[in-house]
Amino acid sequence: MLRYLSKKLITLVLLLFLVSITVFSVLFVLPGDPAQIILGINATPESLAALRADLGLDRSFFGQYFDWIGKLVVGQSHQSIHYKMPVFELILSRLAVTGPLALMAMVFAVIISIPFGIYAARHQNQRGDVTVMAFTQLGLATPEFWLGILLVLFFSVELNWFAAGGFPGWNANAWGSLKALLLPAFALGVIRASILTRLTRSSMLEVLREDYVRTARAKGLRERTVVYVHALRNALIPVLTIMGLQLGQLLAGAIIIENVFFLPGLGRLVFTSIGMRDLPVVRDIVLLMATAVVFVNFVVDLAYAYVDPRIKLR
Amino acid sequence: MKRFFHNKNFTVGFVLSLVVVIAAAVSLLWTPYDANRMNARDRLQGPSWQHPLGTDQYGRDTLSRVMTGSVNSIIVGLVTVAIGLTLGVGLGLISAYFGRLADEAIMRFADLLFGFPAVLTAILITSILGPSMVNAMLAIGIFYIPVFARLTRAVAMVVWEREFIAAARACGISELGITWRHVLPNILSPLLIQGTIQFAVAILAEAGLSYLGLGTQPPHASWGRMLNEAQTFMDTNPWMAIFPGLAIAWSVLGFNLLGDGLRDTLDPKMVRVR
Repeated sequence: MLRYLSKKLITLVLLLFLVSITVFSVLFVLPGDPAQIILGINATPESLAALRADLGLDRSFFGQYFDWIGKLVVGQSHQSIHYKMPVFELILSRLAVTGPLALMAMVFAVIISIPFGIYAARHQNQRGDVTVMAFTQLGLATPEFWLGILLVLFFSVELNWFAAGGFPGWNANAWGSLKALLLPAFALGVIRASILTRLTRSSMLEVLREDYVRTARAKGLRERTVVYVHALRNALIPVLTIMGLQLGQLLAGAIIIENVFFLPGLGRLVFTSIGMRDLPVVRDIVLLMATAVVFVNFVVDLAYAYVDPRIKLR
Repeated sequence: MKRFFHNKNFTVGFVLSLVVVIAAAVSLLWTPYDANRMNARDRLQGPSWQHPLGTDQYGRDTLSRVMTGSVNSIIVGLVTVAIGLTLGVGLGLISAYFGRLADEAIMRFADLLFGFPAVLTAILITSILGPSMVNAMLAIGIFYIPVFARLTRAVAMVVWEREFIAAARACGISELGITWRHVLPNILSPLLIQGTIQFAVAILAEAGLSYLGLGTQPPHASWGRMLNEAQTFMDTNPWMAIFPGLAIAWSVLGFNLLGDGLRDTLDPKMVRVR
């Protein structure tokens, strides 16, 4: 296990290095001069050159790269060009929106998918199963931002139950903030529930065919105990893996839905920062998101190797 | 062909996709109105006999724009899958054949691409290259390269171990000849299945980018862009937000089911698991 772990760790570090260099290179070639954007079109060449020097933009590619990564490694934050505050603080303040949004979306996804997945598996090929599967197909085909718009149309425009968008802030109005996240979280959750329902169903179907389930039934256990105690626990392993990956993706992938609901989350921050060429913010967020995905993959690999020792031999 | 139509998923998917393809083909020759023609008198109308799907804020006919938008979506699907297939299959075949260092390098490259959040990177790419339909297709297509590379590698590795490959070698056929004549035909089914599914994903992705203003640019019709514009006028004309979204869901559902149907029919091993 130790050899496998060290091999995986080296790959992880190498991959993170490659990710960081890619992120940096991509943003290095991004057209648009941040200094010009800050000072406007009437800026004099002297003031532009001074600001570029101040921002470190006059240095070489590697000079800028090592300056950036060096600060991150020792835990120092960069300064946002537009917001004039440390990027870490900015990210934390936006995570206060995106984090709960992603968590609530996953809660919706789990509440919907697990019961329906189990139900579909227990009634395989019967009418209920076919209906559930048909709904999951619809869920997979629906763009989440369209579902968001439809929810706004119905609950905000027609019924007036929710605001059509915006976020009051946790300190100003906690209940209002929670309410503001409900519709977008539901839109994100329903789409993810479609994937999880299908996965729960197929995983349950496989487990229900296992010998130990037959043994449990032969012992005379109630069907409910067999399904919920013996089968479900094992069927949930692949489901949990995908849920972990989905949560990671949600932190990065809620950009569109945050735009639909005008939420000041991480996705919207990075989207507007790209437009404003606030490179320190974009760089750190993209690296953070990519690192999260790479790290989750690493943990999943390790967990699998722990569960199934054969993987280590490869 | 008959066995395909015995499969419900395939049949429904085929019909739904066919409608999209026909709508696109017809729109190239005829639409009820010019899709870009503005008409101030008919602004923000609901469905009527004159405009079955209503009109937008410029008085443009929504049906005509939804029809024209389908051409857009089909082109995006085709081009992105073509990018993924040409580069991905090539890399996958190299990876499966040479193994070792080439395999390791290509698979780590795939890992690297998978590491990046797709939506975010697509936004970055379109910001660098400039927002347009072509650049949106490039941004989506790049993410298909590792998908097809991994799939090709996995299935080609199995094919290379088969006996008929050894027989072909014994006949003196060159390695390139074996790849072209024996390996490729044997990995076509999984590629076709994956291609159909990625086609649907591309429609969704392009709609998302266009919604953010990074895909197809006005005045050209794009379903994602239409939804973006609809959001501003939800109070006055909610219909604007219904039909373009319905068109996206319709075509994605069609191509998804088509992919599922193809998998059920071409790869029966999968049926048992599902």
